[in-house]
Amino acid sequence: MAKSRYANLRSADIVIDDVHLRYGTGPSSVLALDGISFDVKPNEFCVIVGPSGCGKSSLLYLVAGLETKTAGTITVNGKPVSDPGPERGMVFQAYTLFPWLTVAKNVEYGPKRKGYPAAERKDIVDHFLAEVGLSKFADHYPSQLSGGMKQRVAIARALANDPMVLLMDEPFGALDSQTRHTMQGLLLRVWEHSKKTVLFVTHDIEEAILLADRVLVMSGRPGQIKKEITINFDRPRNMDLVLEPDFISTKREILELLKDTDDDEH
Amino acid sequence: MKSPSFSFRAITTPFEQIPKWMIVFLGVAIWVVVIASWSAITYSGMITETFLPTPDMVVSRTLKYIQNGVLWEHTSASVQVVFIGFVLSSVVSVPLGLFMGTYRIVQAFLDPLVNFMRYLPVTSFVPLFILWIGIGIEQRVTVIIFGIFFQQLVMLADTARSVPRDLVNAAYTLGTSRAHTVFHIVLPASLPNIFDILRVTMGWAWTYLVVAELVAARSGLGYISLKAMRGFQVDVIFMAIAMIGILGLITDQGFRLLRKYAAPWAL
Ligand SMILES: Nc1ncnc2c1ncn2[C@@H]1O[C@H](COP(=O)(O)OP(=O)(O)O)[C@@H](O)[C@H]1O
Ligand SMILES: [Mg+2]
Repeated sequence: MAKSRYANLRSADIVIDDVHLRYGTGPSSVLALDGISFDVKPNEFCVIVGPSGCGKSSLLYLVAGLETKTAGTITVNGKPVSDPGPERGMVFQAYTLFPWLTVAKNVEYGPKRKGYPAAERKDIVDHFLAEVGLSKFADHYPSQLSGGMKQRVAIARALANDPMVLLMDEPFGALDSQTRHTMQGLLLRVWEHSKKTVLFVTHDIEEAILLADRVLVMSGRPGQIKKEITINFDRPRNMDLVLEPDFISTKREILELLKDTDDDEH
Repeated sequence: MKSPSFSFRAITTPFEQIPKWMIVFLGVAIWVVVIASWSAITYSGMITETFLPTPDMVVSRTLKYIQNGVLWEHTSASVQVVFIGFVLSSVVSVPLGLFMGTYRIVQAFLDPLVNFMRYLPVTSFVPLFILWIGIGIEQRVTVIIFGIFFQQLVMLADTARSVPRDLVNAAYTLGTSRAHTVFHIVLPASLPNIFDILRVTMGWAWTYLVVAELVAARSGLGYISLKAMRGFQVDVIFMAIAMIGILGLITDQGFRLLRKYAAPWAL
């Protein structure tokens, strides 16, 4: 794709310092996150892996401002996070397209909230629908799309808002493995164009290594960062990487880490 | 989607679709069965005409009432009351119900009253309404409002509450303010259900209308039924019942069409 004025717009760093999150109070309360600290650099693709229930979603919801932390600080672009805002885009595991809006109107939603003029909104929508290969489906309703297509629109919708960081909570978790691989390739390509700061959550180790500049491995509940692994494969990457010896040894390393404290997994 | 096939196996398979022509055929067939049975027991003299009129008695009575304008007069009186009562109730219940389902503070305030009111049979209020407002149209409108308002409120609040939380979260991350959530997200997300709730409660409005007209009224389909009972004109009662059924059918279809038009995305 030709370099567009919507490519490589802005991205920011995320600083997470000694964050704790407790759900509820008293004896039935749940300590979901126990002293999480890490930074994500601008333009970095950072992936968090961990067993189910270790607090991955909770962490993303905190950065998005959709959940309130119990202690610690989170800053994005130097500003402490308190509320949700359009500078932190998010793609959810559940399908969250607005069913009453067409694909194009879904993508247009953020720019419209910002009060952009119609002509510019149209440019933005055209650009990002082309990015995710769904220009032909602009006038479809979400109910007419497959799961993979819905998530592609969700990615386009988040990027159309030109967020400084993109938060992704197991966005491909509900897809079959074939579609999931296609989506990973697509996300890599889109990210090469936009170079947003990405914080991506998954419990799929291959997905993590394939996408990431850096993988953070979390322990079971209460969630802590157990290890940080830098991934150095050249970009642009493709699926063939999965068969490389280095890839497999990294995968084994993460598997071992997860096995140790994995008693929480259902 | 494969088009439905017509075979013994297909039509006896649970939840399987059947061909369109068969739906139409069966829809007509049920009425043929009803009218044939009705004809059989009346024309054979099994039941005397005083209690159960023959189909042609009802038809000729209806034609006569159409000609002299009586049917139109009372039908429009009934429609007017239902319409006013239904609109007044819905205009308040839709926004209030959505707020109730969205904001816990509104729910906590209204729930005790709403849950008390909605279990009271409206009929028990009728003597009170007659004392307070007389037997004019206002009384019938009030009965309808009391009959459906609290039910609408509960169902609307439920539907607003069931809007997926992550849909609202997604809207927040796209720049929707909390103050806009009800009208930008909860309302459109609930729209198909809102039309279904209105359609169902419209049916109840007809029921309460007839109750009100039977008790105290000078016009309406319920009123002419009551008058006909006193004169043993069973065919008039049949005509009125058929008319209410037809009006119900029309409003029901109207709401289905409206839903299709206003919420084309909903399957
Ligand atoms: N709203 C909530 N109230 C109470 N407990 C919660 C809530 N959300 C999540 N939890 C608990 O916090 C822990 C972490 O949840 P979550 O962040 O969803 O984990 P993950 O995304 O890694 O599977 C889980 O044990 C979960 O049961
Ligand atoms: Mg999760």
